[in-house]
Amino acid sequence: MSAREDTLARIRRNRPAGDHPLPDVPLFPPLVGNDRVAEFGERLKRMGGRIAAPVPGEDPFAAVRERLDTATVIASAVTEIAGNRDLGAVARPQDLADVDVAIVRAVFGVAETGSVLFTQDELRVNAVAYLAQHLVVLLDPADILVNIQAAYRRPDFGRAAYAVLHTGPSATADIEGVLIHGAQGVRSLTVILLPRS
Amino acid sequence: MRIGLFVPCYVDAFEPEVGIATLELLERFGLDVHYPFDQTCCGQPMTNTGCHAEAAATEALFVKNFSGFDYVVTPSGSCAHQVREHLTAIPQTDDVTAVRSKTFELVEFLHDILKVEEFPWAEFPHKVGYHSNCNALRGIHHARPSELNKPYYSKPLDLLGKVKGIEIVTPSRPDECCGFGGTFSVFEPAVSAKMGYDKVTDHAQAGAAYVVSADSSCMMHQKGCAARLGTPLKFIHIARILNGAAA
Amino acid sequence: MSIENQGLRETAPESDHGQDGRRLQHAEAATKPVAVKTSAVKTAREPQPRGAKIRGDRPIDQAAAAERFLAAPLHQKAHDARLWDLRGKRDVAAFGIPEWEELRELASQIKTHTLSNLDRYLEEFEANARANGVHVHWAADGADHNRIVHGILKDHGAKTLIKSKSMLTEECGFRPYMAGTGIEVIETDLGERIQQLDNEEPSHVVVPAVHKTRFDVAEVFARTMGTDPENDDAHYLAESQRMHTRPLILDADAGMTGCNFAIAETGTVVTCTNEGNADLSGNVPKLQIHSIGIEKLIPRIEHLGVFIRLLSRSALGSPITQYTSHFRGPRAGTEMHMVLVDNGRSERLGMEEFWTSLKCIRCGACMNTCPVYRRSGGLSYGATYSGPIGLIIDPTFNKRKYSTLPFSSTMNGSCTNVCPVKINIHEQIFAWRKVLAEEHQIPLLKQGMMKAAGQILSRPAAYRAAIGAADSALRTLPRFAVYNPLNTWGKGREMPETPRQSFHSWYKQNRMTRQDGSK
Repeated sequence: MSAREDTLARIRRNRPAGDHPLPDVPLFPPLVGNDRVAEFGERLKRMGGRIAAPVPGEDPFAAVRERLDTATVIASAVTEIAGNRDLGAVARPQDLADVDVAIVRAVFGVAETGSVLFTQDELRVNAVAYLAQHLVVLLDPADILVNIQAAYRRPDFGRAAYAVLHTGPSATADIEGVLIHGAQGVRSLTVILLPRS
Repeated sequence: MRIGLFVPCYVDAFEPEVGIATLELLERFGLDVHYPFDQTCCGQPMTNTGCHAEAAATEALFVKNFSGFDYVVTPSGSCAHQVREHLTAIPQTDDVTAVRSKTFELVEFLHDILKVEEFPWAEFPHKVGYHSNCNALRGIHHARPSELNKPYYSKPLDLLGKVKGIEIVTPSRPDECCGFGGTFSVFEPAVSAKMGYDKVTDHAQAGAAYVVSADSSCMMHQKGCAARLGTPLKFIHIARILNGAAA
Repeated sequence: MSIENQGLRETAPESDHGQDGRRLQHAEAATKPVAVKTSAVKTAREPQPRGAKIRGDRPIDQAAAAERFLAAPLHQKAHDARLWDLRGKRDVAAFGIPEWEELRELASQIKTHTLSNLDRYLEEFEANARANGVHVHWAADGADHNRIVHGILKDHGAKTLIKSKSMLTEECGFRPYMAGTGIEVIETDLGERIQQLDNEEPSHVVVPAVHKTRFDVAEVFARTMGTDPENDDAHYLAESQRMHTRPLILDADAGMTGCNFAIAETGTVVTCTNEGNADLSGNVPKLQIHSIGIEKLIPRIEHLGVFIRLLSRSALGSPITQYTSHFRGPRAGTEMHMVLVDNGRSERLGMEEFWTSLKCIRCGACMNTCPVYRRSGGLSYGATYSGPIGLIIDPTFNKRKYSTLPFSSTMNGSCTNVCPVKINIHEQIFAWRKVLAEEHQIPLLKQGMMKAAGQILSRPAAYRAAIGAADSALRTLPRFAVYNPLNTWGKGREMPETPRQSFHSWYKQNRMTRQDGSK
């Protein structure tokens, strides 16, 4: 017999006794207050991310302007700002190794954790969210969900080939518990609250 | 109420005053306390080592000694836990299950069964750190363990709160195991002793003059560790404080 | 709270404090530095204690390895402080959620349900994964897994493989197997990379190098990557590793990850990581492979709403890991393979007292809270899985080799209380001891002592004789009381004082009115 048939047969033979129904998971009250935007920002900061709310009429990218100005390679996956590396023309993910700043829009945010969701559609090239030195995320405040439970009731996960929740930047504390951002992925993650145009 | 007093082997051999205090305390409440003379042990050393067959005769003797009482009371959370949860090496006859379900540790007996409101004779004007035996804490639910997000309660601290002059100090790791662990203390002596050192150091740093517990076994271990370290802590069983011991 | 348009200026290292200036404690970061003092180590040069000695199938001497760990006090103290800190962070996170205990119960029930219908869910998972364009493989055991993965790599002519941390691949002995194939395997999780370069197994399921000080890491990196041996700054070390690993990631022919959750409903593999290395492994090379233990199945995406809330809070005290990644199908022009690995799990399912250990989601909370683990180091267990969960899983792989492990516990029960899926860990440790004693997998000396104790304790006369008819004989008691002819008690502790008389003789003297002991 194949490993598949072997394993399935053993599982059937060894089925644990008793009735173990799948429980209904109730909808728990949100952990966060009514001001989802504020709650999202607070939690994102706790996770090492940064948040900026542009002043209407002023440069929406003011919070990262200095970073953008000093960057050599900018890859933008959003219409709000142009970069100088065309993600549509990238043949291999490796070609993004020199990106200083990547800019992408989140599908939604999660207030409970300060997370943002991307799928392959937002990222264009998935690897850009990890190979870039810094990540700038546009998030419509109207797209902030209350909690993780609400997030997993969204259809995105069942549709996307790749979906990922980012909560702050790449982090490690594998050496004596010292927190370090940019272990392998991005060194910083900044969320700019910017409604979809 | 007819009570069978079970004096665990450690108490019998090393801390007879704990057995005496338990006996006297129960008698203060007008109970008819009996000490079955042929008692030995609850079987825990063997059972905890996996040797259930080797524990069977001892368990049978325990049941023989303690059948027929309204309650069996013992000044040890660990032994009460053994009897209630793990006395399973012998066939579970009605006699066996009756004895098992009627066996209580002293603190829970005072707190839950007698529902004692006051100990007018008890006064202990000292700084005290309480040590929960792990079986007492997580096995027979003396208190809310620190891991669980459930409402706080503590039966031993509730009782100690009725003692005049006592001041409870809390170590930084309130319910970390002290490392006794029954036969663990002899089969893994290095880790056991280190856990004991850390425990008594934590109590001393919290400002305790006395460590109080419902289990003599943990205290015997901690006492040995404190003596080795030269940590000036004193140890006293909760039964003695509740019975009015001065120090 | 207001969010202002703040100019973000970055100076490295920026990690310690957040945008609002508050100290950050996310990922596996310590709440306060646990750093070993430079002066202490520089003068003492305490070498890193190594783990248990492995000698074929001979029982692991965990106690001896633990004693070596304790003999390195700087390491032991930092290890204990760091893991206790994680336990504390876990408490804060858990107590921040009113429904925490209900979530644990739900997680337990979902896992119990899935495991008792595992055949159905595996078939559903497989069908959905295939429909998503994924190649699905089944591996009967670790060797099978290694052969399958090697085969996939060979078919693609792959010469290098980058991978993220996976306890399953450790369990399968994947790296040692690959060492003989000419294909280079590169771990990309920092802690796991440290362990790979030092030729050690991970000592903890979440923080693999937690037993090492930064001085140890500096030594390993100097030796293997040519970093400055005198520079033990954690930022320098981590940055050096990033710079060293990045080209390897870019050049890799294949990427590999483990799996935290596999979703039957969608055929999705979910990984929960902090460094972004799993996403690099899955998104940079043309070929990606996901190794999945068959017990990782959960029915639906919606159930992640329970498990994701529990996992990182239990493990690290963070509300979520930095990255929660859902791999469902291949990128255009690439291949995605999933390997479903049994390796004893379907047999364990039939072990009445132990099958619920399959609920484990590998958060490591039981290790962090375990007072024995914190004082022994994970490598003292000489097994892939260390700490409380290891004690109950390891004997299912090799009953003789790991026969000692269930005894490396005080059965205090803290592990059971922190377990996010409510595995009754300490009760299973107790049950394993019984199984091992019945099958004579415990030392003859130990069993002999218990037999002798049982004989004395079941005979009142023999018992009284043993502890002394005359009270002066109580001086022999300590050795009796611990049932131990070797007298290990006195090694680290003072002997108890012996009282003037036992309770028994006091009672006889003061209370006896009738011969049978009643009044």
